[in-house]
Amino acid sequence: MSSNRNRGFTAVSLALAILGVSAACEIPAPGVTSEPEPTRTLTQALSGYEFQAEDTQALQDDPFANPGMLWVDQGQELWRDGGSADETSCSSCHGKNGDSMRGVAARYPAYDAETESLLNIEGRINRCREKYQQQSPYAYESAELLALTAFVAHQSQGSPIDVFIDGPARPFFESGQSYFYERRGQMNLACHQCHERNVGRMLRGDRLSQGQPTGYPAYRLEWQTLGSLHRRLRFCNVGVRAEPFPAGAPEYVNLELFLAWRARGLQVDAPAVRR
Amino acid sequence: MPKARISAPPTAKPGEIISIRTLISHPMESGFRRDSSGAQIPRNILTEFVCLYNGRQAFRAELHPAIAANPFLAFHLRADVSGTLEFRWTDQRGEVTTETRDLVVEP
Repeated sequence: MSSNRNRGFTAVSLALAILGVSAACEIPAPGVTSEPEPTRTLTQALSGYEFQAEDTQALQDDPFANPGMLWVDQGQELWRDGGSADETSCSSCHGKNGDSMRGVAARYPAYDAETESLLNIEGRINRCREKYQQQSPYAYESAELLALTAFVAHQSQGSPIDVFIDGPARPFFESGQSYFYERRGQMNLACHQCHERNVGRMLRGDRLSQGQPTGYPAYRLEWQTLGSLHRRLRFCNVGVRAEPFPAGAPEYVNLELFLAWRARGLQVDAPAVRR
Repeated sequence: MPKARISAPPTAKPGEIISIRTLISHPMESGFRRDSSGAQIPRNILTEFVCLYNGRQAFRAELHPAIAANPFLAFHLRADVSGTLEFRWTDQRGEVTTETRDLVVEP
């Protein structure tokens, strides 16, 4: 997919590092009521893919060897067959092969009027299970939920991310935005201090990415398994020695909406392979 | 039952060297790690992989605790006759996962 992607990473990251100091001062004021387009602090969005070593990129680009595809395969089975013989499956409403899901993951998280809440893909799958399948929701980070999420997200591979942040979604967006710029934990660090001001620089053995959510659920070599974006966010929180929220917490879904807005235009590349 | 992926060509010319790739979902838990309460996580690994070509062993690998989760194995075979390729992974308790692929050899 990405052999011809922009490899001008070093120049871009250097430019970002130079811009970083002034860019970080342009933090948009939260709580704006007239809903103007929020200020963007990154001059060029780069997928986490661009920050990986070549062999990791190659592993992601190979549709057979990408270990995340094991979950996509399992998700496809769950999609077609449900959890057991007498269950209504996803395919009962949405079609056998998942074509109807093309581009859907690129528009999530999205506001759900019925529950008056913000739902990400995991939340939508569990909502469907409860409402239409009369099943108990899957536990967050369970093998089944990861597999179905990976399958659905994979259908949107290549679709540019474009989430809706106005109207009823706006308070959720603003909450996620303030989370991103708030300092937290014993290290007293905010997300943007690494993922905007120091993009491309080394943090111990790792190169700091922009914290873009395009590839999740992603196979992280460190985890030796597929994990959700919320697992990654918890990992970041622990890194700054802050108390992490449980996976699936509304705070993380709000942050996910902000991150998706920030990633607008970048292509979904789930299931990605990350370091 | 772990889930496996196989990449093997369905057809080949006589004497052609074909490339086979396999991927299986397995945690390959080394037995050396501890959980958050300090208790040792028991070892849980695949110990053996065999590829049989018409019942004859064509490739074999022994797997050990240092091998990463979801082992990926790639190897080559010489396609001589049409037949079946059988792939078998055995875990430490002797449980076997099997996949088969048909191979047609014609000039």
